[in-house]
Amino acid sequence: MAEAQNIPVGSTTAGQIAVAAESTVATRMSAPPSFDVADFPVPHGREEEWRFTPLERLRGLHDGTAVATGEGVKVAVEAPEGVTVELVDRDDPRLGKAGTPVDRIAAQAYSAFEKAGVVTVPKETVLTEPIRIAVHGEGGVAYGHQVVELGAFAEAVVVIDHTGDAVLAANVDYILGDGAKLTVVSVQDWDDKAVHVAQHNALIGRDATFKSFVVTFGGDLVRLHPRVAYAGTGGEAELFGLYFTDAGQHQEHRLLVDHNTPHCKSNVAYKGALQGEAAHAVWIGDVLIEAKAEGTDTYEMNRNLVLTDGARVDSVPNLEIETGEIVGAGHASATGRFDDEQLFYLMARGIPADEARRLVVRGFFAELVQQIGVDDIQERLLVKIDEELEATV
Amino acid sequence: MATLEIRDLRVTVEADNATKEILKGVDLTVKQGETHAIMGPNGSGKSTLAYSLAGHPKYTITGGTVLLDGEDVLEMSVDERARAGLFLAMQYPVEVPGVSVSNFLRTSATAIRGEAPKLRTWVKEVKEAMERLNMDPAFAERNVNEGFSGGEKKRHEILQLELLKPKVAILDETDSGLDVDALRIVSEGVNRVRETGEVGTLLITHYTRILRYIKPDYVHVFSGGRIVESGGAELADKLEDEGYEAYTKGGASA
Repeated sequence: MAEAQNIPVGSTTAGQIAVAAESTVATRMSAPPSFDVADFPVPHGREEEWRFTPLERLRGLHDGTAVATGEGVKVAVEAPEGVTVELVDRDDPRLGKAGTPVDRIAAQAYSAFEKAGVVTVPKETVLTEPIRIAVHGEGGVAYGHQVVELGAFAEAVVVIDHTGDAVLAANVDYILGDGAKLTVVSVQDWDDKAVHVAQHNALIGRDATFKSFVVTFGGDLVRLHPRVAYAGTGGEAELFGLYFTDAGQHQEHRLLVDHNTPHCKSNVAYKGALQGEAAHAVWIGDVLIEAKAEGTDTYEMNRNLVLTDGARVDSVPNLEIETGEIVGAGHASATGRFDDEQLFYLMARGIPADEARRLVVRGFFAELVQQIGVDDIQERLLVKIDEELEATV
Repeated sequence: MATLEIRDLRVTVEADNATKEILKGVDLTVKQGETHAIMGPNGSGKSTLAYSLAGHPKYTITGGTVLLDGEDVLEMSVDERARAGLFLAMQYPVEVPGVSVSNFLRTSATAIRGEAPKLRTWVKEVKEAMERLNMDPAFAERNVNEGFSGGEKKRHEILQLELLKPKVAILDETDSGLDVDALRIVSEGVNRVRETGEVGTLLITHYTRILRYIKPDYVHVFSGGRIVESGGAELADKLEDEGYEAYTKGGASA
């Protein structure tokens, strides 16, 4: 059931559960998926998939005017023994296997990258240390492609860290073999001016488990599009997200879980805090249960905490069900605010204002952060949340 | 001995683009160990007094002084007042999503006491205080006031009163919305704190019912933004019989 509570001025929460013969998730896009940027018209801003995004701040990623500069971003991969790290050409068959670009910028990234990174964990290899991919912006424009592939029954944690300043468009593919377990933590800790647009495609093998944490703090404009589809029955996807949107920032997370295979599970939980004038967070949660996907179990949730006036949230959960033979399907979205009365209540118990705010925000995020299961990342996120709180307000 | 001295307190509030004077010169002294009941009709300014003392930003102090042990309360921020020893049990406690009761209580106790309570003794202290208020231990893991019943909210307020041990406790209509059982449990909690002799209590209420459980040393009738009559416990009996009519008609509220 849709649920919308405590919606402050300057936010929208729209939800719908549609029972449709044909998917509108697919048809409401401007063009069918394609690897070729020429198949997509230049967006003008009123298209369904672009209507929340300030195109003028994309620095030309959407209209072909952003030309890659020599040193756009530096990518460094640190991988434990047994993992293969390669740079490959665009004819490599592993590229694009997990999904096809669905909008113009993703197709632009695919059409423009020079070399793609491929990280492979061989079958039945269980890593005890994370693979770390550091993406550092050097101030230029870059197009990227990264593939992470796990063989059957392999297990790995991948941490992708985005820092520095860049205008970056990329596609990231996660290919999970049967029974594989992959946890990905993607941290967007960009400098203030960075623009980052990416499509993430996860293809989940039979009985495989994909767990994703998308953590967005920085950037002038960050627009991420994590997508999940299943290559076999019994697959599970857990998509967690956390964002902290400051004054002037636009942070947009658009998700699609395509239940295209019977007996798969998905669970989506994204939480965001916003503070400051013109902080804008957008969350779109599309879940599609195709007619053949009997036995699907899915739930998606988005929560937002608005800390100050002037911030705006657009939250749109959208669940489309083409078969009734499912275990469960639900969604929820709520936007609440940390208001003066809450502040007064906590202060009236002796708690100073800044600590009160910290208490509320840490509490809000804690339950998600604890599920990451990578200690140094968890600790770093909590420190980062504190820094965000101290930086502004 | 802690003393709260309120002298000629005047308070305004902004409403409908107009400034309205709510408190029109309140004089009251509350000493540690004493219990003062403030009774009055709706709209007389009782709650404004409570929230003004706690420092709610909605109210503007336009005159008068409030001293706690000689310190100027009106110069303090809301949290400073609490740390100085003022406690306001609210009529409508606020929901704080995402913050568990246990985390809230510990953060608050740390702020008030100036150091984090030792974990082992603290857990025991909270557990025992909750048992005395007939609160389910699972309560500690719920978010502050979120989905609490009226009775649970008030018990939670009194739980804080017991744990934070203020010098002066202001109880704003703690009795409102409680059934008899809940009223008894909450009143017993207040009495346990009073019996320590270390707290001055300002009990704000519309009804005399709670005074059967919490015996005041002084009763003040509040009307038209000031105290219009003061007496002992017997004044409450008179109000029980006669109501507030004598105070709301005629000169008292002019």
